[in-house]
Amino acid sequence: MHMADALLSPAVGGAMWTVTAGLAAYSAKKVQKNLDEKKVPLMGVLGAFIFAAQMINFTIPATGSSGHLGGGMILAILLGPWAAFLTIASVLTVQALFFADGGLLALGCNVFNLGFFPCFIAYPFIYRQIVGTDPSQRRLFFAITTASVVGLQLGAFSVVLETFFSGLSELPFTAFLLLMQPIHLAIGFVEGLITTAVILFIWRERPEIIRVEPLGKLAIKPILVSLLAITLVTAGIFSSFASSDPDGLEWSISAITGQEELENSTGLHNILAEIQKKTSFFPDYTLASSAATAEAESPGKKSASWPTVDNGTSAAGIAGSVLTLLLVGLIGKGLQLTAKH
Amino acid sequence: MINLHSRWMDLRRLDELAANDTEIHRLNPCTKIVTTAIFLIVVASFSKYELISLFPLFLYPLTLMNRAALPFSVIAKRVFATMPFVLFIGIFNPLLDHTPGFQVGPFLISNGWISFFSILLRFILAVTSALILVATTGMDKIGSALLRMHVPKMFVIQLMFMYRYLYVLLDELSRTLLAYSLRSFNETGLPFRVWGPMLGQLLLRTIDRAQRIYQAMLCRGFSGEVRLLRYNALAKKDIAYCLGWSAFFLAARIYNIPQWLGALLIGRY
Repeated sequence: MHMADALLSPAVGGAMWTVTAGLAAYSAKKVQKNLDEKKVPLMGVLGAFIFAAQMINFTIPATGSSGHLGGGMILAILLGPWAAFLTIASVLTVQALFFADGGLLALGCNVFNLGFFPCFIAYPFIYRQIVGTDPSQRRLFFAITTASVVGLQLGAFSVVLETFFSGLSELPFTAFLLLMQPIHLAIGFVEGLITTAVILFIWRERPEIIRVEPLGKLAIKPILVSLLAITLVTAGIFSSFASSDPDGLEWSISAITGQEELENSTGLHNILAEIQKKTSFFPDYTLASSAATAEAESPGKKSASWPTVDNGTSAAGIAGSVLTLLLVGLIGKGLQLTAKH
Repeated sequence: MINLHSRWMDLRRLDELAANDTEIHRLNPCTKIVTTAIFLIVVASFSKYELISLFPLFLYPLTLMNRAALPFSVIAKRVFATMPFVLFIGIFNPLLDHTPGFQVGPFLISNGWISFFSILLRFILAVTSALILVATTGMDKIGSALLRMHVPKMFVIQLMFMYRYLYVLLDELSRTLLAYSLRSFNETGLPFRVWGPMLGQLLLRTIDRAQRIYQAMLCRGFSGEVRLLRYNALAKKDIAYCLGWSAFFLAARIYNIPQWLGALLIGRY
């Protein structure tokens, strides 16, 4: 359930990057202040462990399918939330760089979805509350499974929101939600079971590793408030890249087409069309310079109101595409030849 | 297990490629990171129904792959391996959006198909640019560039540690799994009863290893600082590289180059 670059708009990607970078900087400060540097090698090596362990297929009894380990919860239990968040971020960074899981623009989203929820929501508010100060086998089992399920549900919900607000996918909000949440309920449960199995093993063999020191003050409210503020501000900044005032005609066309869309989808679609419109860089330039694509352009299905598609511009578009690809290929090949000589 | 092994090989392959020495490899790592970021933002900023105007952007990955002598197969393999999620989400567009978009002879292509292929192109562009960044730069240089770009030191040090020990742990894990698979009649996955012991053992060993590493580092004078080789300040060619590509990305973003070329070709301008 890695979020992908291809489904993201710059506003959503940029906002999530800023939020995640802020959280990471704050976590780094916390770790540096509260813990000894001994933690750093441990964090790094545990990150590598999670990375490796995520590649194992765990056979799910009686189903024939397999599950995987989700790293957030196990790291939070072993390292505490701040260090765990940083470790997850580094695991996802290497995955994005080397395996193209997700992507670099989506990295902010992915770290948030898979790091923030397990470390700062599920761990302090579910795991710690259930386990209390003296862990027992049963408590650990309930705490870890519940926390894993909730953490992943929130993460999946966040993927749905990010995809929806980016507006590239045509999936209606509720349908996507109904698609994602149940699948991730099952995945979360399996992840919870795997994590439980590992933690229980550690707890039996080396109980001192499963620390239950007091959490200290994990002031979540100020974090959430500042996160919200950062998100809004950065989304605003990224959106204002686009020219601010669309002229009256454009505005009314998008309003009308937006309403046309309401017939077959949700009202939220309208907002989405607006966001999409605002996030595209220099929408006016594109409209002016390439009248042809204007028909196929985003702010609503304009072509729906102009059912006749101009054949001439389409032909030019196709011929031009072929020519562009040829040129790109030729330039690439030419560069390769000159590089060798 | 095959999955594990092949991923490990991929990792090593990219590392080997990063050790090459071409003009792209020699560029300042900060420049390459910034250029990749600009590229990604520009690609994402194209509106949903733009398809053909994305074509010119392929010049960027193709040029880099050719100039940096990156084999096409390594990049293509990862692109195909990560495609399913995007395909799965994207395929709903043609199913849900039937508004007419583009006429090719007698065929009318719906906007849904246009946005689907647009998502696919974005995906390919984004994935290849990220892989190219790492295959021409390597993790050490990326780390030092991140430090220079004021990413928290704690995070960078930890990232570099993780990367370094990834090899050790993948090796250990694949040996453990091989041993298990040899003793269990070639099971492909781990059955429920060994979930805890198998991963738990590995985790305990990992933690012990981390302690030994830390002690060894202390013996060698570790003071919380990881010293990465610093790279030269920005040269003129670095700035030219970044500005040149950015100008091209913006041009491709603002003008619909294929449409313009086609109009020129057909003589209908």
